[in-house]
Amino acid sequence: MAFGVIKNVRKVFQLDEIGWTALEPVVALDDATFEFEEGELVALLGPSGCGKTTLLRIVGGLIAKSAGSVAIAGREVTKPMGDYGFVFQAPSLMPWRNVLDNVLFPMEILRKNDAAARRHAHELLELVGLSGFLSARPHQLSGGMQQRVALCRALVHRPRLLLMDEPFGALDELTRMEMNDLLLRIRHETKAISEAVYLSDKVVIFSKRPARVVKEMAIPLAYPRSQKVRFTPAFTAAERIASEALGVVAPTADEAPAHAAQGAGRQ
Amino acid sequence: MRLRIFSQVLYPLAGVLLIIAAWVLACWLLNIPTVVLPSPDKVLRALVVRSDLLLSEGWVTLRETLYGFVLAMLVGLPLAVAVANSRPLNLMFYPLLIALQSVPKVALAPMLLVWLGTGLESKLALVWLVAFFPIIVDTAAGLRATPKELLELAQSLNASPLQIFLKVQLPAALPFVVTGAKVAITLAVIGAVIGEFVGSSEGLGFLLQSATSQLDTPLAFAALFALSVLGIFVYALVGLGERLMSSWLPPAPAHQ
Repeated sequence: MAFGVIKNVRKVFQLDEIGWTALEPVVALDDATFEFEEGELVALLGPSGCGKTTLLRIVGGLIAKSAGSVAIAGREVTKPMGDYGFVFQAPSLMPWRNVLDNVLFPMEILRKNDAAARRHAHELLELVGLSGFLSARPHQLSGGMQQRVALCRALVHRPRLLLMDEPFGALDELTRMEMNDLLLRIRHETKAISEAVYLSDKVVIFSKRPARVVKEMAIPLAYPRSQKVRFTPAFTAAERIASEALGVVAPTADEAPAHAAQGAGRQ
Repeated sequence: MRLRIFSQVLYPLAGVLLIIAAWVLACWLLNIPTVVLPSPDKVLRALVVRSDLLLSEGWVTLRETLYGFVLAMLVGLPLAVAVANSRPLNLMFYPLLIALQSVPKVALAPMLLVWLGTGLESKLALVWLVAFFPIIVDTAAGLRATPKELLELAQSLNASPLQIFLKVQLPAALPFVVTGAKVAITLAVIGAVIGEFVGSSEGLGFLLQSATSQLDTPLAFAALFALSVLGIFVYALVGLGERLMSSWLPPAPAHQ
């Protein structure tokens, strides 16, 4: 059996879960089914608001699903497992802690904040080029640096699964490319098509809300990947297939003009 | 360095001296009677001659202020935690708290006098009442403003409710607590003085009132001066507390 099995997952938000803003229950996720292996990088690609975040939160055990099953490493996820890492769209660091203590936060919660943990935190921060900023406070760092700290925080407890919700969405183009390379070096969700193709082993494409899996595609690019790979025919082909599945590009064999549709791609 | 002494010490001092000079000049030129407006030298003399009285009455008012403030913190903080973390409690009491906050609590002073007498209790009750609301409302707002992502991060690690409170909610709310405490301590001094005005036999408010009724205006001004010093002192105490916690506080919460 695959490491991660997502089967017929459905989520309907009831009114008491979302407050009084909606008049009727919202079907956020209709039917999501796909599998992935351990160590595999999977990108969820779909229009804005299609339920990718909802699926991530279900897989993370933060919210309950309405139907279907999510099994990670043979365990059915019904509550947080404690050994997953999370990266959010915003860095979401604690302003009252310095960089090192922000990274060590998961170890404190897990009561494993020992010398080995500190060593690992140092290693991670060095890997992302922030070893000179251990005692800096978040507000002294740029957005890209803050997100790198958040990435280290998500990795410090050696999670079995790393869930990332548009982790580079709030960054500028150049910083985002740097972060992509960084992530490749370290070795999952993104909305940008080329980013997904560049980073992933597998891309799962979602339809508009309520989301269903429209297409699952393997990315055949070899490792190590560098920015050069973006200009190879294999990359362009994969990016076009993904774009067609999303409806960003009309699915014709010729070079059909891309019409901007349903807010897919970068925002 | 010299510039800093100029801008932070000499200029403010010059401003104060200018106003005192205008005060002296007005008393002398307009021939204002001492009962109406004593000249600064008479106030200064009252301050020196009656310093023992001012200190002992000031001590009374200071105690009322600080005890009432500490009581308000002791009751307000846990209640804020309860209101912020329990949805039913929040729904039941938060609107009430907001509504009560706009009630002028000092108007209750005469009733408190009836209920609790002219002693320390009625002053403590009034100080507590005025200081309690900014503390609970600001603290609850701070606790509820904890970023959702941080809570989810803690939940994803199976953090206990106590861990979530101590490591996420409380530090995130601390800047709000400090803001509430600063408002509360300022109001606490006012509460103590009003309490003494309404019915008391000691304290700076009582001294101020009795000096005025005996037409001892220099003493009334001296009491007013002592009250100002007291107000600055207690505010500085809260400021000191803030500095002690400064490693916890984000430097500019407003910009985040």
